[in-house]
Amino acid sequence: MKFEPARNLHYVAQKRRVREDLRFVTGGAKFVQDIALPGTQHAAVLPSPYPRARILSIDAAAAEALDGVQLVLTGAQLATDCNPIRLGLKLPEIRWYPLAVDMTRYVGEWVAIVVADDAYIAEDALDLIEVDYEPLEAVVDPEEAFAETERFVHPDHGSNVLYHGNFLWGPVEDDFAAADGSLGLRTRWGRSATVPIETFGVLASWNRGTEILDVWASIQMPNFVELLAATLGYPLNSIRLHQDVDVGGSYGVKRGIKQSVLAGYLSRRLGNPVRLIEDRLWNMAGGDAHGPDRIFDTEVAFNNDGVIRSIKIRALDDAGAYPGRAPFQLAKPISALVGPYRINSVKYEAISVCTNKTGQVPVRGFGQAPTNYMIEMAVDAVARHLGLDRLEVRRRNLIQSHEFPYQIPPGSEYDSGDYQTVLQKGLDLAGYDQLLARRDKARAAGRLAGIGIATNLEPGGGNNIFEYLMDPGAEITTFMEGCEVRVDPQGNITGIMGTTTSGQGHETMFATILGEELGVDPDDIRIVHGDSLSALPTRSPIASRMAIMLGSAAAGAAGKIKDRALAIAAHNLDREVEDLEYSSGTISDRNDPSRKMTWEEICFIAYRAYHKLPDGMEPGFQAQFIYQVPGGGKLPDDDGRVGIYPCFSFQAHIPYVEIDPGTGRVSVLDYAIAHDCGTVINPDIVRGMVIGGLAHGIGAALYEKFCYDDEGQFLSATFADYLMPSVHEIPDVRDVEHCTPSPLTSHGQKGSGEGGYLGAPAAIASAVNDALAPLGVTIHELPMRMHDLEALINEANSK
Amino acid sequence: MKPAKFEYLRAESIDQVVQALDQGDGETIVLAGGQTLMPMLAMRLARPAMVVDINHVAELSGVEILNEVEGDGELVIMACTRQAEALASPLIQEHAPLLSKAIAFVGHRQTRNRGTVGGSLAHADPASEIPLAALALDAWVSLRSVAGTRRLPLADYFHGPMMTARAENEILLSLHIPRAPGTRGAGFHEVSERRGDFAVVAAAAVIGVDERGVCDHAALAIGGADGRPRRIGAVEDKLRGQRLDSVAIAGQLSEIGAALAPGADQHAGAAYRLRVARVLAERALLEALAEAGP
Amino acid sequence: MNNFDIRATINDVPHRASVEPRLSLLDFLRDDIGLGGTHMGCEHGVCGACSVLLDGVPIRACLMLAVQADGCRITTVEGLCNDDGTPGLLQDAFIEAHGMQCGYCTPGMLISAQALLAENDEPTLAEIKDAIGGNLCRCTGYVQIIESIQLAARRLREAAR
Repeated sequence: MKFEPARNLHYVAQKRRVREDLRFVTGGAKFVQDIALPGTQHAAVLPSPYPRARILSIDAAAAEALDGVQLVLTGAQLATDCNPIRLGLKLPEIRWYPLAVDMTRYVGEWVAIVVADDAYIAEDALDLIEVDYEPLEAVVDPEEAFAETERFVHPDHGSNVLYHGNFLWGPVEDDFAAADGSLGLRTRWGRSATVPIETFGVLASWNRGTEILDVWASIQMPNFVELLAATLGYPLNSIRLHQDVDVGGSYGVKRGIKQSVLAGYLSRRLGNPVRLIEDRLWNMAGGDAHGPDRIFDTEVAFNNDGVIRSIKIRALDDAGAYPGRAPFQLAKPISALVGPYRINSVKYEAISVCTNKTGQVPVRGFGQAPTNYMIEMAVDAVARHLGLDRLEVRRRNLIQSHEFPYQIPPGSEYDSGDYQTVLQKGLDLAGYDQLLARRDKARAAGRLAGIGIATNLEPGGGNNIFEYLMDPGAEITTFMEGCEVRVDPQGNITGIMGTTTSGQGHETMFATILGEELGVDPDDIRIVHGDSLSALPTRSPIASRMAIMLGSAAAGAAGKIKDRALAIAAHNLDREVEDLEYSSGTISDRNDPSRKMTWEEICFIAYRAYHKLPDGMEPGFQAQFIYQVPGGGKLPDDDGRVGIYPCFSFQAHIPYVEIDPGTGRVSVLDYAIAHDCGTVINPDIVRGMVIGGLAHGIGAALYEKFCYDDEGQFLSATFADYLMPSVHEIPDVRDVEHCTPSPLTSHGQKGSGEGGYLGAPAAIASAVNDALAPLGVTIHELPMRMHDLEALINEANSK
Repeated sequence: MKPAKFEYLRAESIDQVVQALDQGDGETIVLAGGQTLMPMLAMRLARPAMVVDINHVAELSGVEILNEVEGDGELVIMACTRQAEALASPLIQEHAPLLSKAIAFVGHRQTRNRGTVGGSLAHADPASEIPLAALALDAWVSLRSVAGTRRLPLADYFHGPMMTARAENEILLSLHIPRAPGTRGAGFHEVSERRGDFAVVAAAAVIGVDERGVCDHAALAIGGADGRPRRIGAVEDKLRGQRLDSVAIAGQLSEIGAALAPGADQHAGAAYRLRVARVLAERALLEALAEAGP
Repeated sequence: MNNFDIRATINDVPHRASVEPRLSLLDFLRDDIGLGGTHMGCEHGVCGACSVLLDGVPIRACLMLAVQADGCRITTVEGLCNDDGTPGLLQDAFIEAHGMQCGYCTPGMLISAQALLAENDEPTLAEIKDAIGGNLCRCTGYVQIIESIQLAARRLREAAR
């Protein structure tokens, strides 16, 4: 559908309170753990202590005999009653069950599950389960996993390679030959993730009378119900997922499939509701916890003036033991594979391998953050190589504002942008000249000080077509979002969305757009979350898509409501629709404003006065709208080009850091960010997500890593070992907006949930390398932890 | 993360505590602030049969100066004194400023509100701040069992990571810090990845300077670079009797490494800990010197 | 294993309960008393989501046994509301400045901020950071949380005038 350009806005883009906040500050929110059903039983899981071991036997007799224990279930039993969980790619010899069957494949993999009257007893029972393991040598290093010819994580698969593909878009070799020079760079993105403060939890209740499995889960996932039904072997319409559960953070990871399969299976088997709340140790080692772990080898071809001509990328990603959708995190970044730069051609080799580590799940940006980090390091390397200023090299390569829509070699069309202006706004906000002076003064005083510069894209809107690039059978060309708007007989408006929300303020966004379109104060509009049997199709809040998709669907549904009101009024006022004007619910004749119908009158007719409805109109007053991804719907062309995401937000990050040369500790002392996500629906929400994403990125850059030792033992299961930034590690971020509306969405909005995270790691790395520059050393591995930096500094100083 | 079952005793007196410990066959554990013990219980790394809660033993809490009449005397900090109380204590600030500086690095406001001075000493994490500062202050601990009370210098108290000379039937009663003559300066520096985390490496120093500007007291202790907090006697000996400045201090640090045997984990390797021990030692000594004045 | 009878005043309401010694204060508040606002984040004392006021002082409810709360006065996030259930001054400031996203760490943040403002209605930035330094938030990057506390402090000072 085509939207009109944004008009005078009353609610959109205005400072307004976020409606979700009231329940959060008063303790009135309903997270999974707050939902209580009578007779609920509590589950606890037994994690594997070994990265790779054969399960010789499991003796659960003592556990089952414990007072208060209902059941102990092992993988061997479960596998006879359910299907393996469907993987993203077709890998039929990799069978993923919620509990390990015959073999454990990572430390923390769940080997058995106990159901008991309370959580304390359930854990008592875990102590009594005796498992006889035969430890085996683990596959730990991803490069070795790739080359390995005998030791396989999944022996039946016959290899540790999950995916290996080569893509070529444009004349790469010609461009390299014609360029003045080229350089190679290895960058490494460490194993980190989003680590929400709420772990994953699920409550499932099978009703024998209705034959419906009710599920409350802290999820953020498209296709959740489909996967759950397929694994349990139930018809899709026998599962009712309740979407009105508050989710305590997710940022991509909360998939919850194996957990929900277990809870659902056990509830049906026991005839009671079953609740599985991950504790932090189960979560960090065996839950949906780990993100991309990636090695990039990049070659860049450039001219002496800093113009980048072409790029060759090899990405090797460590997916861990069970791939899920992990390999696709190599595919989505194809949507912005050249970043915000005019690069004529790209070669991309993508490899996904499995190792004996916790399986990788989607993380904020779905692979885009590591890719952006790699691109930005390459741009900095070109500047360093040529002795040019990093800013100047970016300015020479950024796509110009008059070039939009701009198609990149792999086929995505960047919808709109003004990168130079946003970068300049960021520099102005940072006070770039003073920042340079501050850095140089610090250096003169013997300190290691650096400024970071990163410019990056945030693809938003979602579109599954990247799957097709890896799996040409996957002809999935829609990634829709639906909503329903109901007007009740009193005239009140209710919007029904079909997905959970995990901090993004979707209810506020939905109400704001409905209010804007219908001329009603958004605070007077109720927003509810339908369950999976009653709501319209949703693809969940992934991929920075809800403002784009639900927002546009809301505008579409509001338009239908207005159309219906206009039709009723035209019929009763004896006018043509074209003669009438809608204003805040009242419909009047443009030429004779005294001739009008009120909202109450229209609602009365819709619900009570069939004789006054236009011929053929159904009674009642509601509208449904299902929005298709703008520009989606196509398969790749013969050259393998396809538009993946519709909207592209842009950020410019300028942090300032100092490194303590004696300890290697980095302090981020200042941070300016300029961002453009088109029209902002709610300024506080967008600002919060931009800054929050940025803080998450500082964590990935400096602190956060799921560590393994050489034998595959997991070392980061607690919050004392996996280090998320506290308030002390985050500087006083300053931010500035810019608005280049998207031509594709209802109000010009784009995505905003990921951008801060997609650029901050690159920006901090750029700053650290700038600080190290006087020593003549660089670091291209994240996180840049203090012991690594100290070693680098010490070595440079020892020379 | 739910603890295994245990019996619970809310003790009202020290006698009650030591009797319970004596009857416990090593299966009884003292619960003070709980900031370390509770996670260990939750993870079932500790599985005591009995937990003796000392939070209501009034005589186990408080800070005072003993033997003040003679002039020197000692500062006594009872074991169940909260870290937050100790941090705010004017007596500690006056008589053991090093300890105040160290406690400021311990955990967070919420954990300091429960965590105790004695709990930190009893746990004996090799990187933790209170044991390190106390060691640098030549402190003693009192240990009480049904058999009586014994005093032990901290140099003899720490045996290794989470291992001390305290017997299973003893409670750590109090920390005793000798009051020092003259003016002394204190320095405390640590590095941790995030503020409030356990230190990776820490250094505590005390310097005394006489009226001629010559160092008459030097104490240097390093945490996080060995199985227990370590005094670096070789360096102290070299500093004593010298007129100190930054050059003099920097020149005397080469022997730190010989006194330490650091381990490695994912937070830092051994080489890092050794190098950083020296860096932090220098900073702590300089801070102490600046405070000592001439 | 004997249960213990305890009495505690929670959000100004006296409660009596019989608890197993190993029950954490966190589980007691959530499951026995039914106050779901106090959240389980890590159960090992790092994240701060379970912060409550114990006799007016902020502590971590996961690091204390319920039996230890005998005779104590406890305030949870629900207790920061006005008597009519509307948000109190601090809570309202968090709404106004949107000092949250998913809301999971929010009760702990509010408790820490409440303790700070009770003793200092003109906190510096460093004092605010010290007060919430033991509360992890994954959503916000803390900036809007700090702004919320600053707003609350301003309103407190205005109200005191």
